[in-house]
Amino acid sequence: MNQKETMIKVLRYIKKYWLFVGFSLIFAAITVVCTLYVPILTGDAIDLIIKEKKVDFIGIGEILKQIGIIVAITGIAQWIMNICNNHITYRVVEDVRQEAIRKLQKLPLKYIDGHSQGDVVSRVIADVDQFADGLLMGFSQLFTGVITILGTLLFMLSIHGGITIVVVVMTPLSLFVAAFIAKRTYTMFRLQSETRGEQTAFVDEMIGNEKVVQAYNRTEKELERFDEINERLKKYSTRAIFYSALTNPCTRFVNNLVYTAVGIVGAFFAVSGRITVGQLSCFLSYANQYTKPFNEISGVITELQNALACAGRVFELIEETPQLPEDKGAVELSNVKGRVDLEQVYFSYNPQQKLIENFNLSVQPGQRIAIVGPTGCGKTTIINLLMRFYDVNNGTISVDGEDIRHLTRRSLRTNYGMVLQETWLKSGTIRENICMGKPDASEEEMIQASKASHAHSFIKRLPHGYDTVISEDGGSLSQGQKQLLCIARVMLCLPPMLILDEATSSIDTRTEIKIQNAFARMMKGRTSFIVAHRLSTIREADVILVMKDGSIIEQGNHETLLKAKGFYADLYNSQFAPVS
Amino acid sequence: MKSLLVYLKNYKKESALAPLFKMLEAFFELFVPLVMAAIIDKGIANEDKLYIGKMGLIMIGLGLIGMAVSVTAQYFSAKAAVGFSTELKHALFAHIQQLSFTELDRVGTSTLMTRMTSDVNQVQNGVNMTLRLFMRSPFIVFGAMVMAFTIDVKCALIFVVTIPLLSIVVFGIMIWTIPLYRKVQGQLDNVLKITRENLAGVRVIRAFNKENEEIERFDENNGRLAAMQMFVGKISAIMNPVTYIMINGAVIILIWTGAIQVNIGEISQGEVVALVNYMSQILVELVKLASLIITITKALACAKRIEGIFDISSSMPYTENGAEVEEREEIIRLKQVGLTYEGAGEEALSDIDFSVKKGQTIGIIGGTGSGKSSLVHLILRFYDATRGEVLYYGKNVKDYSLFNLRSRIRIVMQKAVLFGGTIAQNLTWGKEDATEQEMWQALEAAQAAEFVRHKEGQLESYVEQGGKNLSGGQRQRLTIARALIGKPDILILDDSASALDYATDAKLRKAIAAMEGDTTVFIVSQRTSSLQHADQIIVLDDGRIAGMGTHTDLLDHCVVYREIYESQYAKQDA
Repeated sequence: MNQKETMIKVLRYIKKYWLFVGFSLIFAAITVVCTLYVPILTGDAIDLIIKEKKVDFIGIGEILKQIGIIVAITGIAQWIMNICNNHITYRVVEDVRQEAIRKLQKLPLKYIDGHSQGDVVSRVIADVDQFADGLLMGFSQLFTGVITILGTLLFMLSIHGGITIVVVVMTPLSLFVAAFIAKRTYTMFRLQSETRGEQTAFVDEMIGNEKVVQAYNRTEKELERFDEINERLKKYSTRAIFYSALTNPCTRFVNNLVYTAVGIVGAFFAVSGRITVGQLSCFLSYANQYTKPFNEISGVITELQNALACAGRVFELIEETPQLPEDKGAVELSNVKGRVDLEQVYFSYNPQQKLIENFNLSVQPGQRIAIVGPTGCGKTTIINLLMRFYDVNNGTISVDGEDIRHLTRRSLRTNYGMVLQETWLKSGTIRENICMGKPDASEEEMIQASKASHAHSFIKRLPHGYDTVISEDGGSLSQGQKQLLCIARVMLCLPPMLILDEATSSIDTRTEIKIQNAFARMMKGRTSFIVAHRLSTIREADVILVMKDGSIIEQGNHETLLKAKGFYADLYNSQFAPVS
Repeated sequence: MKSLLVYLKNYKKESALAPLFKMLEAFFELFVPLVMAAIIDKGIANEDKLYIGKMGLIMIGLGLIGMAVSVTAQYFSAKAAVGFSTELKHALFAHIQQLSFTELDRVGTSTLMTRMTSDVNQVQNGVNMTLRLFMRSPFIVFGAMVMAFTIDVKCALIFVVTIPLLSIVVFGIMIWTIPLYRKVQGQLDNVLKITRENLAGVRVIRAFNKENEEIERFDENNGRLAAMQMFVGKISAIMNPVTYIMINGAVIILIWTGAIQVNIGEISQGEVVALVNYMSQILVELVKLASLIITITKALACAKRIEGIFDISSSMPYTENGAEVEEREEIIRLKQVGLTYEGAGEEALSDIDFSVKKGQTIGIIGGTGSGKSSLVHLILRFYDATRGEVLYYGKNVKDYSLFNLRSRIRIVMQKAVLFGGTIAQNLTWGKEDATEQEMWQALEAAQAAEFVRHKEGQLESYVEQGGKNLSGGQRQRLTIARALIGKPDILILDDSASALDYATDAKLRKAIAAMEGDTTVFIVSQRTSSLQHADQIIVLDDGRIAGMGTHTDLLDHCVVYREIYESQYAKQDA
């Protein structure tokens, strides 16, 4: 996405607020013209103050009155302009964020899995914020800056051409100086940010593992290493900051040169009577006004470029291809019996790496399917496909004989109860979390579900019981407790089909047995898919799918698989058989 | 902020010179309007071109001196600010390193990281800007007023009235808006939190069809954010127009008064121009001052947060010259020990009482959250018992110095942590001068020798930060080897063989048992098979000892132990 395209897209968002934009522009123009007119009037007034006994008070009074009116107009115009700019910026930002969150809900899982969470969050938050800053600055400074430059030029020309040329010729000097310094500073800044990155990584490693550092009495040693990096950073930072701080005095010096030049040339002209003293004072204030926007604009342009780059990243997110829309005639899945068929399923996350090939499976209602295999063999992939988090590349998956692509996602997912390995809880009360799938559940139903999942006893011990607020992702709860809550969440809905991914991996074996019993009750009559490492879970399954490198290599129940002495038997012996 | 200023003490000279030179710069700037007035009154009035040229040169000279002085000031302020932040970071890092686990748990890694990085940077920026501008801007404002007095007292009185009025407006608006901006930031954090939740919980949200509810929640918070931003924006939008009107109002009065003074022959035309110029300089400086104050407020907020970290003192009493270790038969004894974590309502461990003889192997088993790790953490003082006593060779662990205690007791934690560096560097963490032979011995015992031998460079092969280029099992075995080096008096394996299969686990235990010396071993595990051969097994249930004894004892007498055992074996035998 190049800058121009991004700009066009930004304008499309702004279009909605064209009325405000119009007002903003009109009032900006009024502000600038008035601001520029004031020095002329001031100059005129000064011309009337010649010397002792030669002051035209009536004339001055008249001019001062005019100045008063114009200043008041300027103030009001400026205020309205500011309000308009604020309105446009914050509304546009709100719109962009709204669109982004809507997109997030429709993005294929592939995108979300493939991008780091921090990256996406920073697009929606930091980038949009940066964009807002740039937009506001652009609106309030770029436009007024340009008008100021043009206006000043015109006003100066109307007074005197010669001096105007002096100003016009000399101002680019300060831009040149600024660019010259920026170029030299760049290397220092790069070194600084590299070293800073190194320091951050070091601190992250050490503080992140502070307990190990302390357990090994390493604090002194690590402090020494930290200091070494710290000293290097100090060297580069001092230089980077100093060099970049040169810009200000240097450009200011150039501006002073311009001011002086105007003063001298103007004075010469005044001596020969070609301009008045008042006009000279007016020129002096213009000389200041004219150079200022140049310095500002160079800053604004970097800021704007930065803002556009940020906007580009947000737009990239907003314009990602969404997941396939629902089928036109998508039907609601209801009264599910629980028959699931996978026919000639092909799937892979990326075309170069084949994963699932020609996968066939027919699950009868109420059957219990255990999926086992070494890490990375594609167990969770099956779940991704069943829940339609990903679509198959080829073949079909059907529930009760209906291709799941012809079903609404909503109804398909409602009919599955899912407990994943990564326990995710939303910030809110325990109650909100348990009742997530059934917000209208009664107190009794909720407690029933919690008891069934053995979560009730620990919830009761929390400071506010079911109304205890848990922070983002469970916070103070232990991994096992979080898992119990996730189970309670599913227990409450009791959908006709279940998916359990290592559902009890963080729970100790005793509690697990208790949960297993609850699970067993829950699974009765329900089609269940279980990814598990625990022997007890696997042994009770109707069908065990042994997966390796994406394909089902063995299929059967525990006894037959053991007898086959294949991969399952090996796996079983290495992982579960006790060593005598 | 005050307590942080200590870190400027090595830069006293720089922190004094920077503002001083800035003031000099301002001083020279204040002369410019006077020179211009001279050009008008003498040069133009007398038509003296030579004089005009001379004055022009003086102005350029003033500019040059101004630049030189300003560059010097920038140099000193950069040096002071960076030096300050370097020392601050050193102190902060050192402080964090001596916090005990209780404090580390409470504050959290991510907070500490932010304090160390972005907060320190903000403070550095604040110090830098303060040194540069904080003296300059007020100096120009008041300097302009003083200069006005040198020209004409009556006109100068206008300055005396205008400056306080302007200050009230500028600072009033800032005092009003700064807390509002803080609220906006808080609301932005809420929006961020929701976004992050939507990503982390995407599967659950979609599985429960909660997409629309989440959009509603986001819109509500996002809308509130926009409304808050616009409200603050409206207030800030008053600042520029009002100051503009005030300054120009002052100029109008100034010209009128100036006209009167010129008429009675008090001042000249050029001096009126100079007065008007001084008034405009004030406006420019006030705007700069306002933005400086925003930077300073931000820096102060960050400084306060950093101070918050410094204010946390280690809750663990610490003796520098601890007791001597006098070995005897009973190496560890826990007397009626209880542990309550900070902020927790109940005890995590209660009434723990047992004794261990030197050279024994102790197994600790129990369910999730039963307090297994907490128990072993007491031995090497990761946490202090809140009740009862933990004795090491008959003396309270608190009587030894932490350094002494922790160099005699080694723990392998649940999470296998390795650091960026070579395998050798990782292994010698606990004993810098370990020989290669010692390393290989430890690797052999930890069942890690084989895979290290197959690595290119062997001991010198590189481990990435966090050990990312190794498998979970390899990482775990290396951390075990690391703990074995230096022949610790006590070795604690805190569920640290979980990523190993049964066969490797068994070999590891055998190797540790065969190690020379009389190492006492604590094995924390959920697998009964890992503990079967221990001299003593402690069964924990909900923070209390549910049983103690050998494997066979416990099978006969301890219900909890039997349940655990059966969950892992019994059904399989059936």
